[in-house]
This record gives sequence, structure tokens and C-alpha cells, in this order.
Amino acid sequence: MLYEGMLAETVFFRGHNGDQAEGYYARPLGPGPFPGVVVIHHMPGWDEWTREATRKIAHHGYAAIAPHLFFREGPGSPDDVAARVRAAGGVSDHQVMGDIVGAMAHLRAQPYANGKVGVIGFCSGGRHVYLAGCLVPGIDAAVDCWGGRVVPERPDDVSEKRPVVGIDITDKMMAPLLGIFGNDDTSPSPAAVNRMEAELKKHGKTYEFHRYDGAGHGFFAVDRPNYRAEQATDAWKKVFAFYQKHLGA
Amino acid sequence: MCSYIVEKANLVGSAKGANGWMQIDTANVYFDHPFHAPLDHALMIDFVNVANGARERVAVELSADSAREMVAKILAALESGEAEHARADHVHA
Repeated sequence: MLYEGMLAETVFFRGHNGDQAEGYYARPLGPGPFPGVVVIHHMPGWDEWTREATRKIAHHGYAAIAPHLFFREGPGSPDDVAARVRAAGGVSDHQVMGDIVGAMAHLRAQPYANGKVGVIGFCSGGRHVYLAGCLVPGIDAAVDCWGGRVVPERPDDVSEKRPVVGIDITDKMMAPLLGIFGNDDTSPSPAAVNRMEAELKKHGKTYEFHRYDGAGHGFFAVDRPNYRAEQATDAWKKVFAFYQKHLGA
Repeated sequence: MCSYIVEKANLVGSAKGANGWMQIDTANVYFDHPFHAPLDHALMIDFVNVANGARERVAVELSADSAREMVAKILAALESGEAEHARADHVHA
């Protein structure tokens, strides 16, 4: 019998501006070497599903950290903290990029790290991944799961805290990018996904897009009506194949 | 999608939360992915006291249909209640 073990816990790391940030960290037990993955949560916050996804990634052989992007509004339960952040208009992209940089450094500092680090984000976190792929050096594989607003589709899609339009900086994309989208989604719409793909192609970027019929937004969430078992199972396989290729688990 | 749109209603009243009753002055109202309700999107209301820092909230997450029903029932209760009290006030006067 092959022994399997995993450690999952909350940790501190240096985030944006040197702040002491919080993260949920899951890693396989054993000497490694293990690649790392930063998991970016969606607007509702550092929730149970984000932790489940972090453990799933660790189960597949990665040291995975989900930074609590809203910790500065704590203390408090993640949902209450998220409500405060929402009332204040969200967190700034600049701050999120800084927290991603810090989380990546935390992963690379571990003695069992193989030096490769990927990122994955869901919904608003998917957009953060797209931006990070363009703005943060050192990402070896980026996975954008249905990140809206990379192509602005509504008047509030650009704001003081979110001043950067992802599609406009695609020429700066440094990371190989995997995109997972549902064809019934409205943010991003299939038309927006087409524009992203066209821009990536135009600039000769390394990317893979997978678009699923019969799936809308957030179709990985097993406890929501939008869950699509077949599409989600296939898409997770695509994610891990992509990471294996670029991170070498 | 994750929405950043929050409608803010100025309120006069109280709400009962984890630490008992508190005065509230604002309702933050938004439609996005809920934290707890098993729905893709929900109408959410956070009752808070901004003047006191809004650290505590009384929260609800409602399906779109049930939120609309609640709006109608609030208006109906106000209409019938105010009419009833006006009548009673007239009788007592």
C-alpha cells in the first residue's frame, strides 16, 4: 500500500508591503521535491471551497497556498471580513499582486520546493491570475478559471481599485496560461473569451483555452446548482496535466 | 461573475446579531455568489452600523425570487400596518 499523507494548516507569510499575511496551506507529506501553487479565492472570500480546492491540489502533489486576500480587514470570520471588503469596494489589484508575490516567495522558500510555482484563481481570482501572468515575474504556469472583466463588459469593470484592463496588457503575459470557461457564462461571455484568445494568439503567447458546453459560471462548485460533474472532472484533469507539464510534479 | 456592485440604504432601526441587539444605520445590498446558501447567486443584505465602524453585521442570503417576494411583503405590511395604526389613532383621538 502506498502511504499518503497531507498537512493542511493556516500559515503566515510576508504579503504586499511586507504585511504579515495569512494563508491556508496544504502540502503532501514527504521530502519532495514539490512544485508550488498559489490559489486565489473569489470575491466572497477565503471560504470552505477555496480550502477544499487547496487540499485537492496538494492531493495531486503540490504545495498549495491560498492567501487570505482580505486579512487586512480582520479579525473576523472570512464571510464577515469579505462583507467589509465588499462594502469598501473590494481590494486593490496592486495589493493582490503584492500578496501573490509574497505567497510565491513563501512556497519557494520551503526546503522541499522544486522551485516551480503556478497560480490558479476562480472568478475574480481568475482575473487576478490573468493580471499576475502579465505583471508578476516568476509564474511558471497560470490557470484562469472563468475570470470576468479581463475584457471589460460593464461600466463598473474598471475602477480606482481595478484600474488595469487585462486584455490591454496581454502583450506582457509572461506565464503559460490555461483558461477554463463555461460557454453559458456571461462574465466572461464567450465573446470576451474569444477576444482574450485572439489577443494571446496575436502576441504569440503560450496558452490553452478549454470551453465547456452545458456549463456556466463557477461550475466546479459541488454545492451549487451550476456544478457540472462531467465538465468539472474533465477541466480538473486539464489543470493537473497543465501543471505537470510546466511545474513538473 | 463576482459583482462589486453594492447598493447602500440608509436605515433607522435595530438588528439582533451574535452579540445581541445593536443600532443599525445602513443596509449593504448586493447580488452575488453567497457564502452559505446553496445558490449560484443570492440577494444579500448586511445590516451594519457604519457610524460605529461596521465591524458587526446581521446578514441574510436570499434567492432572487424569495427576495422579490420579501420586498412585496415589506410593502404590503407597511401599507396595511400604517392604515391600521392610522385608523386606531383616529379612534383613540
